[in-house]
Order: sequence, then C-alpha cells, then structure tokens
Amino acid sequence: MAVNQISVFLENRTGQLAEITGLLAENKINLRAISIAETADYGVLRLIADDSEKATSVLLSQGNIINMNPVTVVAVPDKPAGLSELLALLADSDVSVEYMYSLFTHQNDKAYMVFRVTDYDNFIQLLTSHGLTPVSSAELGLK
Amino acid sequence: MGKYYQPEIETASVEQIKSWQNEKLVKQIKHVWDNVPYYRNKMEEKGITPDDIKSIDDLHKLPFLTKDDLREAYPYGLLGTDLKNCVRIQSTSGTTGKRVVAFYTQEDVEIWEECCARAIMAVGGTNEDVCQVAYGYGLFTGGPGLNGGSHKVGCLTLPMSSGNTERQLQFMTDLGATILCCTPSYAAYLAESIHERGLRDQIKLRAGIFGAEAWSENMRRDIEKSLGIKAYDIYGLTEISGPGVSFECEAQTGMHINEDHFIAEIIDPDTGEVLPEGSKGELVFTCIDKEAFPLLRYRTRDICVLTRNKCSCGRTFIKMTKPMGRSDDMLIIRGVNVFPSQIETVLLQQGYQANYQIVVDRVNNTDTFEVLVEMTPDLFSDNLGKITEMEKELVLALKAMLGIQAKVKLVAPKSIARSEGKAVRVIDKRKI
Repeated sequence: MAVNQISVFLENRTGQLAEITGLLAENKINLRAISIAETADYGVLRLIADDSEKATSVLLSQGNIINMNPVTVVAVPDKPAGLSELLALLADSDVSVEYMYSLFTHQNDKAYMVFRVTDYDNFIQLLTSHGLTPVSSAELGLK
Repeated sequence: MGKYYQPEIETASVEQIKSWQNEKLVKQIKHVWDNVPYYRNKMEEKGITPDDIKSIDDLHKLPFLTKDDLREAYPYGLLGTDLKNCVRIQSTSGTTGKRVVAFYTQEDVEIWEECCARAIMAVGGTNEDVCQVAYGYGLFTGGPGLNGGSHKVGCLTLPMSSGNTERQLQFMTDLGATILCCTPSYAAYLAESIHERGLRDQIKLRAGIFGAEAWSENMRRDIEKSLGIKAYDIYGLTEISGPGVSFECEAQTGMHINEDHFIAEIIDPDTGEVLPEGSKGELVFTCIDKEAFPLLRYRTRDICVLTRNKCSCGRTFIKMTKPMGRSDDMLIIRGVNVFPSQIETVLLQQGYQANYQIVVDRVNNTDTFEVLVEMTPDLFSDNLGKITEMEKELVLALKAMLGIQAKVKLVAPKSIARSEGKAVRVIDKRKI
C-alpha cells in the first residue's frame, strides 16, 4: 500500500518555503505531512498532499524541481516503545530506514507541528498575536 | 560544396588572398600614418615609417594596440577619418572601465554586413529563409550586424532583439523562423522554454548562429539536440567591426576569418612574439580596409589556434579555433589560472546545465571560490544523501580539471540570471 510523496528542491533562501506552501494554499491543496531535510545550502521538502496530482502540476507550473516517490505509512501503536519495537524489527531484518517523519493526525481537529526557530521570543509573540499559544508538554501528556 | 555570398573572394587561392592583403596593408598603413596621430606616435617611438612596411611579412614590425590604448584614446583618438564621413557608432558592453566606442563609415558598415552575409550563407541561408535575430540591437554589435547580413542575403528578417521570450517564441512559431541568431546561452534558454511549453513540434528552425560569448562543444551538442538544428559559431569584436570577423561553415571545425578584410596573427601573450601557424596563443587582428576605425595589430586577449587546411566547404580563408579562454576572463584563484570555460565543460560532463556563476572573494587573505549551479529535474532526488553525493562528485571533477577545490552551491532552477545579452559568469568580489 504505497502513498504518493512529492519532494521539492529548496534553495536556502528566506521565503522559499512560504512560496511553496502559499502556492499549494492558493490551489486549495491540503498538506497531510511535511518534512524537510537540509544542508547549509539547500534542502529537500517532502510532502504528502490530499491531491498529489494537482499538487504536482501546480508545483511544476511554477518551475519547481520535484520528484514523486511511493512511501509507506504505518500506524504505530501510540505507547512507549511503539516505534522502537518496529525499528528494532526492521534492523534485525537488515532493512534500513532512509528517512522517516510523522503524519498529521486529526485528533481534536488539530495537527501538531514541531518548530525550532532562531528568535524564540519573537516567535511566541507572533503566535500570541494570532490567537495561538504554544502547546504545553502537559497538554501533550508529557512529563 | 557550400554556398557563398562572394564565391570569387571566399574561395580565392591563398596566393590571391596574400596579394590582396599585401596591397591593402601598404595602403592602410599610409592611411593610418596620415590620419591617426595616436598610432603614428607609436610607430615613431619604434622608429618605423610607412616605408618599412612593404608587405604582410613586415607586419610584425608594427606596434600593438590594446584595450588600454582604446580607453586612453577615447573617444576620437583612433578615428581614421573626419566625423562627417562617419555614419554609425557601436560600443562594447563596458563591463570594466570606460566604454569602447567604434566608428563606421558607410563603406565600413557595408563590409561588416557582407561579412555577416557570408556567415549566414555558410550555414545554408538563402532568400527563402526566415532569420530571427535575437541578439541585442543598439550599441551592441550583435543585432545590427546579423540584421544587416540577413538583409544582404535576402532572408525575411525578424529584428527581435534580445529578451521577451514569449514574443520570441510566438514569432518563431507563427512566422516559421528557420535560422536563429543569438548568444548561445540565450539559445539554450529559448530551447528550455520551447520544451516547457511543448512547442518542439511547432518550430521550423534548422540552423543557429551563436556567438558573442564563450561556449563549449558540449553546449553546442545540447542545443543541437534540444532544438533539432545545426548550431554554428560566429566570432567578432566591436573594435574590429562586430560579429562576422570569422564564421563557421558546415564543416563545424573552426571559424573562417574574412582575410580580405582582416589579417590574423597569433602571438605569445607574454613576449608579443609572433608564433607559427598551429601554435596556441593570443589572437591579434589588423584591419586592412577599414576607414573610420582602422585598428592595426589589435590584441584581442582571446587565446586560440590558427590553421590553414583545405576545408570541405571550399573556402580558403584561414580558420581559428573557438577561443579557449580570454586572458582577461582568466581568473587567478589561490594562484591557479581558472578559465570559466573549464567549469562549463565539467558541468556538462556531470549532467548539469551550462548555466552557472562563479563567485570569488577573499576572506582572511585566502581566496574563496564558489560555483553556483542550478539543480535539474534529472539530478534531483528525494534522498538528500544522493544529492550530496552528486555534489561531492562535482567538487572532485572540478578539482581534477582545475587543480583547486571549489565550493559548489546548488541553487533553484532559473535562479541564475540568463543572458538577454551576455551571461554574467564571474563575480569577483576581491578587493586587492
């Protein structure tokens, strides 16, 4: 059971990611998963969209360089060692993971995203002014 | 056998060509001596007079002219006739220092356009062709030169000038252009645009005349394959007239120099000594029938080789290789000579496009050397490891070619400015 993943070449330039998500938003394409792998100079944005064909054509129309690859989505038990047991199983069988990232869930109608930013204070201020607050560890059930 | 604009001249015997050159040179030296005090002073400094120049064998006795002389003599110092006899100026792009302004009488323009007409007919052009001239028009010689040549051949001329790609493609398809004249980098850009828009089946191009910047054999093959045409080189410089000083024929093995107007020499760029035929060195031109801007022994800074072999096209004019570099384009990075053309060769071998930019800077007394390269759909992968691997291979290949380590920076497609005139290949930020 393969799922279509689109990868996009990203030049390391302020606003590049916003251009791409903006383009998808304009075309009413919803993102179900997103991850970025990067070096100092460039990155690869990997995404799973609700309509991968449409996403492909709008990205190509703006001159982006993209690839489409099949990936596998696995529902891992949401408990300690849930992922670790699966990975151990793969390792024992000499299957290596090239890359891996999490898919948004729709519990509480929210998708949880993780950010690491350069200017933390400013970031929090921006969130607040948009009526958002950072999700606390407690809310996520973390100690 | 190819087609010629002036067959009696283009296929003349070598003896005949030399005899024309002898006659015209002697006359030209007198013209310059009488009309260009700047050059007369140079001759006097060397202790020579027109009487010392009896034939082309005496050419080596004459002093050189360089770009510095043109700057020093700007604007009228090298003018060979009254301004009232001049009908046109053209100018170099002036990327460094003062612009160079060249003057033309009507006869100078005629000769220049005839040279371009020879170039168009050498690629099979006739009055049935539709010739799209996408070189810049204006001070740059590319547009006006090929435009004039195209008129002389009787082609339907599309005076597009450079840029406005949408309009270029519309005219190219609607009017069925068969010959394209522009810079090679703009040709490559148009080819990409044609493929993107799925217009490949709607174009009727069969030949391209591409010049005014350095390009490699690989780039030629890429353009030929992409557009389904034969791509020909043309050479020229504003100081000497413009495009058409030399041109490629169907043999595609070097450019025939219009020897009835220009005498070419190859010299050692360090000593100024004339080198025998077949040697690699700096190309020097003497204009033997120009009236308004009669440069003698002008050092082009282009490094190439001259050879006179029997050509399958039937022309007898000596052939020059594509310039292998320019002594003033040459970068010295960490003490090593680097020619942009070497970098282009490596990129094409490694599957990249020939669109690149070299950025050189000096940080803590050490030269930094960065090559910006555009990512291509063929090379892109969802796996970052594969991209970095490929990048490493490119760094190694560059090192093998140049002998020094370059930092490669992969950038987004079309983010390196393309050439509506000449592509900016080198950004040297060093302040030394």
